[in-house]
Amino acid sequence: MTSDQALTRYLLRLGDNALILAQRLSELVASGPELEEELATANFALDYLGQARMFYSRACELEGAGRTEDDMAFLRGEREFENLLLLEQPNHHFGDTIVRQVLFDSFYLLQLEALINCGDQGLADIAARAHKEIRYHLRHSSQWLVRLGDGTDKSHARVQESLHRLWRYSGELFDGDAVDEILRQEFNGPDLVSIREQWRAGLQTLLATATLTVPEDQWMDSGGRQGRHTEHFGYLLAEMQYLQRSFPGASW
Amino acid sequence: MPGQTVKAAEPPCVNDIWSWLAELPDPEVPVVSVVDLGMIRDVTVCGVAVEVSVAPTYSGCPATEVIEHSIIALLRDKGIAEVRLRRVLSPPWTTDWISDEGRAKLLAYGIAPPAAAAGKREILGTKLRIACPQCKSLETTQVSEFGSTPCKASYKCRDCLEPFEYFKCI
Repeated sequence: MTSDQALTRYLLRLGDNALILAQRLSELVASGPELEEELATANFALDYLGQARMFYSRACELEGAGRTEDDMAFLRGEREFENLLLLEQPNHHFGDTIVRQVLFDSFYLLQLEALINCGDQGLADIAARAHKEIRYHLRHSSQWLVRLGDGTDKSHARVQESLHRLWRYSGELFDGDAVDEILRQEFNGPDLVSIREQWRAGLQTLLATATLTVPEDQWMDSGGRQGRHTEHFGYLLAEMQYLQRSFPGASW
Repeated sequence: MPGQTVKAAEPPCVNDIWSWLAELPDPEVPVVSVVDLGMIRDVTVCGVAVEVSVAPTYSGCPATEVIEHSIIALLRDKGIAEVRLRRVLSPPWTTDWISDEGRAKLLAYGIAPPAAAAGKREILGTKLRIACPQCKSLETTQVSEFGSTPCKASYKCRDCLEPFEYFKCI
């Protein structure tokens, strides 16, 4: 794998993460727990979608094969998506949605922070843009985590259970492969080991404030970076790609 | 139609283009123009072609493409044959790019303008006192950090009881 190929694949993964989370959050439009939260999740989804488009466009530019952001989103199969498994997990109840947001965004924020100084100017510019948005996403979902964790007995128990259920997808955040390694060495990309430490430290403080317990590390699920997904992913993709698959080239 | 052909053959003037763009409204907050919002970074003329550098606001703001299309349509209407748009991400757009004139227009329209200097304090959520655009009272409450567009939060005034929107700081 050349360094440019690694960079392209890294950009696609960033795009996949943002797109899949955007798709999940969009499902909450018209079914959020209250109007304000519906606006919040819709706003988040829009930000991720915009970020996905920028990552894909930069990847397509580097690839130079004439593919576009739409081809990336709508015309790739399940195994070609390399998003983190955490992001494809269903919304379930609001506590699950918030825990997914906190686990991912507290990682994504550190990842973007490191990428602002990376060796590819195109990627660095997108990271600087996205970083500002993720900072206020994380502020919002952290406030909710504290409210739910330090709320009623019922909300505490439910959000603690969400944390336990989703914890097994958190190991994969730091489970880098050759692509991450090339990014780190040749493009001054993120160091996943140091990000992991910062992530844990930040999360521990937040969970303590929320009176929640950090789950013990047990068996961790992984495979997203290699395109191996959980059972939920195919359904998500089928819905997202339905129109372009049924009416190829449709536009309006 | 005499005049039009003459106009197209002359190289366009950068100052004219800036003043045209200063009249082009934002589709979601039509009281401010794209220049007031600080979205236009540069205008360059190369022969009969014009290149406009546009800085998008929020990554997912659906208005960005509408704005780009209206810039092209506006300049074509003015007789410029070739219009090129360049998206500029760096330095990223923040609310600090909104001009003083833009802030005054927002206020007059009933939207509280963003607090100056998008510093870390504002972003990290230190409580801000946002003045009510109607009665200027500082006794206001945030109803939701999110509003009708990605760039706004919802507030209400405890004195005059009017709800209002705040153009939030990023």
